[in-house]
Amino acid sequence: MSDRPIAERLLGPDEPELGCDECFEYLDRYVEAEAAGAPALGDCPACVSPQACADARACLGMRAHLQGCPACAEEYASLKALLAGS
Amino acid sequence: MGCVEPVREPVVAARAPLDADSRSWVDELGLPPGERDRAVARLHAYLLRVARFELGRRRGALPPVTRRELDDLAVQAADDALVAVLRKLPTYRGASRFTTWAAKFAILEAAVKARRRAWHDRELTLEPEAWERFGAAGSASQGLEQTEQLEAIRDGIRTALTPHQREILVAAALNEVPIDVLAERLGTTRGAIYKTLHDARRNLRAHLAKMEAA
Repeated sequence: MSDRPIAERLLGPDEPELGCDECFEYLDRYVEAEAAGAPALGDCPACVSPQACADARACLGMRAHLQGCPACAEEYASLKALLAGS
Repeated sequence: MGCVEPVREPVVAARAPLDADSRSWVDELGLPPGERDRAVARLHAYLLRVARFELGRRRGALPPVTRRELDDLAVQAADDALVAVLRKLPTYRGASRFTTWAAKFAILEAAVKARRRAWHDRELTLEPEAWERFGAAGSASQGLEQTEQLEAIRDGIRTALTPHQREILVAAALNEVPIDVLAERLGTTRGAIYKTLHDARRNLRAHLAKMEAA
């Protein structure tokens, strides 16, 4: 079982987030951009504040989805680990 | 290797300039059937390595499987990923390296197969009443604030969600059934399950906000 608190699992992220299909669509460039230390994704469809994403150096819509979706989060972690090891 | 239909559509010009390696992959895979066979075999070998990498990461979460069963799973994942990559090749725009782009398909296929294998013999009880039990008794480590929040969440699950939202929320977020497994058993897609989960969570948060404001 996950060690995340029950309330967190039930309530999920409270920010605009991508869906699973969009997450998969952008996953490769997100992971590469993140590895390069660059702000990820300039055209995320859930974006409500490109400036906030630039400041966070992350796509907030993607980040929120990865907090809310354990399956996508696992695949993100795997792609990141693959790239780190290659 | 599985039988792969030749790509009929032309490869769309890349939006971003491709690095030499990605350019080489795209050019070779874009050749007519027959001429591209070596590139397809090379791609399958790469996807198989990625699938094995992914299954290796998940081995602890899988039920006991032999080395051969694990490798069969990796081959199936690589086969399916190959089909997906070749089908999607015309949409590859070079926003990432080709190998990164292709790897995500193998990771997805291997991960989904691993989750389904892990739940293969487990009965999926969509037990909407389970939410009535969580946190009900409280615990010594559970503070008053947390207890009140859980009670409010329980109330929200009962009153603010549709039966379908309740079923998906309880299964995915409370009982931690992987959404791929839920999608397979309910005959739908991961995206549709997550959309229901997302809507349920939004309704639940709105319910809590209303309770706090009252």
